Amino acid sequence: MNTEAVIEARDLNLTFQTNDGPVQALKDVNLTIGKGDFVSFIGPSGCGKTTFLRVMAALEHPTGGSITVNGMSPDEARRNRAYGYVFQAAGLYPWRTIARNIKLPLEIMGYSKADQEDRVNRVLQLVDLEGFGGKYPWQLSGGMQQRASIARALAFDADILLMDEPFGALDEIVRDHLNEQLLKLWARTNKTIGFVTHSIPEAVYLSTRIVVMSPRPGRITDVIDSPLPAERPLDIRDTPEFLEVAHRVREGLRAGHSYD
Amino acid sequence: MKSVIAVLTVVAAIVLFWYVACVPMNIKGVLTEAQRAGAVVQPAEAADRRGMSSFALVAGNSFAIPATWAQERPRLPAPHQVAVELWDTTVNKKITSKRSLVYHGWVTLSATLLGFAIGTGLGILLAVGIVHSRVMDMSVMPWAIVSQTIPIIALAPMIIVVLYSIGVQGIIPKAVISAYLSFFPVVVGMVKGLRAPDSMQLDLLKTYSASTSQGFWKLRLPSSMPYLFASLKIGIAASLVGAIVGELPTGAVAGLGARLLAGSYYGQTVQIWSALFAAAILAAALVALLGLIERLVLKRMGVSA
Repeated sequence: MNTEAVIEARDLNLTFQTNDGPVQALKDVNLTIGKGDFVSFIGPSGCGKTTFLRVMAALEHPTGGSITVNGMSPDEARRNRAYGYVFQAAGLYPWRTIARNIKLPLEIMGYSKADQEDRVNRVLQLVDLEGFGGKYPWQLSGGMQQRASIARALAFDADILLMDEPFGALDEIVRDHLNEQLLKLWARTNKTIGFVTHSIPEAVYLSTRIVVMSPRPGRITDVIDSPLPAERPLDIRDTPEFLEVAHRVREGLRAGHSYD
Repeated sequence: MKSVIAVLTVVAAIVLFWYVACVPMNIKGVLTEAQRAGAVVQPAEAADRRGMSSFALVAGNSFAIPATWAQERPRLPAPHQVAVELWDTTVNKKITSKRSLVYHGWVTLSATLLGFAIGTGLGILLAVGIVHSRVMDMSVMPWAIVSQTIPIIALAPMIIVVLYSIGVQGIIPKAVISAYLSFFPVVVGMVKGLRAPDSMQLDLLKTYSASTSQGFWKLRLPSSMPYLFASLKIGIAASLVGAIVGELPTGAVAGLGARLLAGSYYGQTVQIWSALFAAAILAAALVALLGLIERLVLKRMGVSA
């Protein structure tokens, strides 16, 4: 499965200095993500899953160890437009139409006007939002807004998509639908995806690898390679294989967490 | 419809209170005039009336009540007297006339607009500096706050004298005082507005490796628009006050402030009140105009439905 390492973390440590003293958000994290992997990070809050994703995106900087993205430092990778980042909230600009929201990174990165149009049309199609380019964000449902924000992250052809609980604020029905769509999108584009979630079914359904993390200090307790096939209809979640993986994730979460 | 009735009821209550207040305010003057004209008033001697309360005089001389609303130089002019004066000095006078309130209003308005433009520009520049530089935040903001604690009535003459001594006079000193009052709300509002984007939105721009200026033009400035307009509405009203105050200590011959001053010199209360109302109407019109521009801009930006 791991043809080529895209993200490689070695003995990664990150300690935040807070008023209550130092907090170790990441401790001795080792992980290799291969090209085309769909990797989920799951764990209770405070386990460092979001922090780890932010380190990959150069939004936080490690205090120890090393991390490379496409063989470069995260900062260099960012300048090379290696990744698109999707946050929990869509964060669309209310004063811009959907199309112009998607153009935002393209404007900043200096794409030509004609190229911008092409790319907007292409990614709108990719997330099934054709015909909504002229709408304002408030005219769209929460799920559609989040799809638009994914389109925005895809617009500049980054190989890596980093998603921080992108569907966390949506209801379960919408979430199922978007999960299904995300898998199709991943199959079509062959992106490498890092996906933070706190939903076990979501992690198992989507991922080729599931990274289980636990808090205080934030660390990886288990890495599970999913035996599920690439083709995954929603009802795969009722098969024994799926339940077995889910069970192992749950065990991993329980082992790493004392529930105090 | 219901709200129209409510608004009219409030206005009617204010007007009614005003008419009632005219009676005790003006009764002494009315009785003095009536006595001179040969009418019988209670008590008959001016010296006896001096120590009495206005209400007692009204009670004893109810015949004089209508006259309290029709004096030439009342202490408190009645609403219709102010309305008539306003009508006379706007519609019935050529706007080039020195007695036209339109003429005086324009003199004040031009200083207001110039001062507002300077104040707004300065306010926005300072806010941009404060948001982007910690040094400016710590060094400029306290002075901006201190500047607003000095009563403008104390500062205005100094500004005018200082500017006069370096040869600046006319509209500029008034505009400077206007700007002095209007820059502050713009600074406060714009600092708040430019800082409105949350950390997630700033992080998003970071993932695009956006420059500070791109972040400013694409995120911070558009985010600040609702805050800017709220500040501009306060600022324009403050500008008008500044321009009027700027006319007071100079013995200016033109402007709403000059009308106020001339009115108080000659005991022309009707003139004072009509100048005050002209100023209030002007301020309301300016704020309404800004509200209209705000609606258009925000609608254009797609922020409001």
